[in-house]
Amino acid sequence: MGSTVTRQRLAALAVLAVAACPLTACSSDGTGSTTGSSTTYTIWDPYPQFDKGSEWVTLLSRCGTDAGVTVTRTAYDTTDLTNKTLLAAQHGNAPDVLIVDNPVISTLAEAGVLATTEEIKIDTSGVEQNLLGAGQLNGKTYGMPIGANTLALYYNKAVLQAAGVDIATVKDWPALTSALAKVKAGGKKGITFSAIGTEEGSFQFLPWFWGAGANLTKLDSPEAVSAVSLWADWLKQGFAPNSVINNTQTTSWAEFATGDYAFAENGTWQLANAKKTGFEYGIIAIPGSTGGTAPAPTGGEFVSIPVQKDTGRYVTSQKLVACLTSTDNSLTTTTTLSYIAPTKAVQAKQIAANAELKVWVEAVNAAKGRTGDNLGTKYPRISQPLWTALQAALSGSATPQAALTTAQTAAAAATK
Amino acid sequence: MNLQSQTRTRSVEDSGGAAPAAPRGPLRRSARWRSSRWAAWGFLTPIAIYLIAFYAYPLYRNLDLSLRDYTVRSFVRGDAAFIGLANYQTVVADPTFVPALLHTVVFTVASLFFQFSIGLALAVFFSHSFRLSITLRALFLVPWLLPLIVSASTWSWMLNSEAGVVNTALGLFGIDPVTWLTSPNWSLVSVTIANIWIGIPFNLVLLYSGLHGIPVQVHEAAAIDGASHWQRFWRVTFPLLRPVSAITLLLGLVYTLKVFDIIWIMTRGGPVDSSTTFATWSYRLGFGSPLPRFGPGAAVGNLLIIMAVIFGVAYISIQRRQQQA
Repeated sequence: MGSTVTRQRLAALAVLAVAACPLTACSSDGTGSTTGSSTTYTIWDPYPQFDKGSEWVTLLSRCGTDAGVTVTRTAYDTTDLTNKTLLAAQHGNAPDVLIVDNPVISTLAEAGVLATTEEIKIDTSGVEQNLLGAGQLNGKTYGMPIGANTLALYYNKAVLQAAGVDIATVKDWPALTSALAKVKAGGKKGITFSAIGTEEGSFQFLPWFWGAGANLTKLDSPEAVSAVSLWADWLKQGFAPNSVINNTQTTSWAEFATGDYAFAENGTWQLANAKKTGFEYGIIAIPGSTGGTAPAPTGGEFVSIPVQKDTGRYVTSQKLVACLTSTDNSLTTTTTLSYIAPTKAVQAKQIAANAELKVWVEAVNAAKGRTGDNLGTKYPRISQPLWTALQAALSGSATPQAALTTAQTAAAAATK
Repeated sequence: MNLQSQTRTRSVEDSGGAAPAAPRGPLRRSARWRSSRWAAWGFLTPIAIYLIAFYAYPLYRNLDLSLRDYTVRSFVRGDAAFIGLANYQTVVADPTFVPALLHTVVFTVASLFFQFSIGLALAVFFSHSFRLSITLRALFLVPWLLPLIVSASTWSWMLNSEAGVVNTALGLFGIDPVTWLTSPNWSLVSVTIANIWIGIPFNLVLLYSGLHGIPVQVHEAAAIDGASHWQRFWRVTFPLLRPVSAITLLLGLVYTLKVFDIIWIMTRGGPVDSSTTFATWSYRLGFGSPLPRFGPGAAVGNLLIIMAVIFGVAYISIQRRQQQA
């Protein structure tokens, strides 16, 4: 997840025809070079925004040099990377090291593409459990988080001040809603977020869903209904624009950047853009329904090692992973990627370097993985009915209760 | 049409060229025949390989995908069980099937109708050359030249329910803002409008060249016989344009059935399923979630292919009947 999501999705279009033909088309160029016991090691990552001269790529080659091998790095768009990896695994030439979006780990683990951290002897003990959760399936761990990001609420100080809202009072949903009402009464706009009909929509909704105390295994619970109703009422009363139904996180950010909105739900990755908006902003964690911090879903990638025929390669791959996630390098990596580090030690260093990150570190510590709770590959089958229900309720084609009842039926059938 | 007459004349020339070689001894002739046969195969090989690699094999793979139970695990291992038509049953029983089918039909028919009629009107308009007609015609081609991602993004920006220029324009006339992309009642209309806009140049170009193929004398004769402008269009132009119209509509149909990018960029097929067509549904099944469902996705894709093939066969049979008549 990230600001690059839209671009990634759109770029994926380039390789699409109607049906599954792209699958076969991909197979011709989806090959890595992992032949024999060569000293060339392949790394695939989802960061096409970083080119050869970037810090990230420099770090990769340095890790290779330290391990005594040459590193060949290929960057793919996030959506593309999953399919490319599945195809490469099918042909027996998966990369040596794979950096991949965290909810995909369970899919790839389910496919038998990834080696466990036990097998390749990677020490995950320093990693926060709530972050590691996304990489675990049936008690086994399939990778190491390289960094994490999550969602919080950005607010526009001037808009809130003009409306007479004290941000310190926004501790729960009723307080937030009444703040939105004041802002609207003052002629400004309330809040913007992304409720688009893709995984991105579910990602943005989950803090509210979990913040109400709802559970993904029961989509039609009263708590879930209260969360959907919160958003639906905001739309009905004009506290949130109707465009959220079609907003990606990028377009939603563009709305906030106009300076008309009091709040925006968005991620760590917008921090750099926030400085460019030209107005004073603040960040608070997303409140739970009755107070406290709502658990937001974790974003960010895992470093993993795909299964190789030649298991001798794991020794070097392990060195590469250790290099990328070591305490020293983790600071470089997470700063480069604009992520929060997965370990307490590095998080402390990050706050020391940039006090603004404190609220994000707290949000990441309260966050949880989407595929956690041992949902694993059931998560995508639940997420789709959830975002569909959200769309139905927000567009007014069904009541929150009816939409979620339909969603629960669909999710139950799909995860049977 | 042009193409056909060309091949016909060429085949006449060919047989003419081969004729002098014919009166020779039977033995030499068969040797020669054999070597020319080899040469023929030699010429055929590249195109045959091309057809197999880029048409037959993907089609076969797609069919194969749709008949097997692919999970991510069996996809990687290549041991997916053969399950016959179960994927098709899943797809047909899915609550998305009926709306998606309906939307595909409405989207295609509406797009074709408006693209064709507007394209024809413009072609007739431009067939009389006037000052700036070339410049204007070139401008009309712009939608076709733009990358789809640009035009679709522009449309979704124009139709944005909060800050879109379309709603602002409507507001000037006192019309309430319309939630173009976010309302289940409007989303299909919005993507259809965008698609019509993109398809007009295609129809304009083909029909314009079709109009130029109609001899001026026929028009003059009709005018002398006292036919009005309107009569000349419906009784002369339109019937003579029929072959070009048929191929334009067929190409447009195949084109429109598989439209994916515009819909995906503008609405993602939503809200809920309100603008989902077979093309976007197939993509969503195969690639739209972290856990792909290749089998049902391929099945939907194959249904699209079948729809296109049906119309293709219908076109060929109509054309054959016309030629015989």
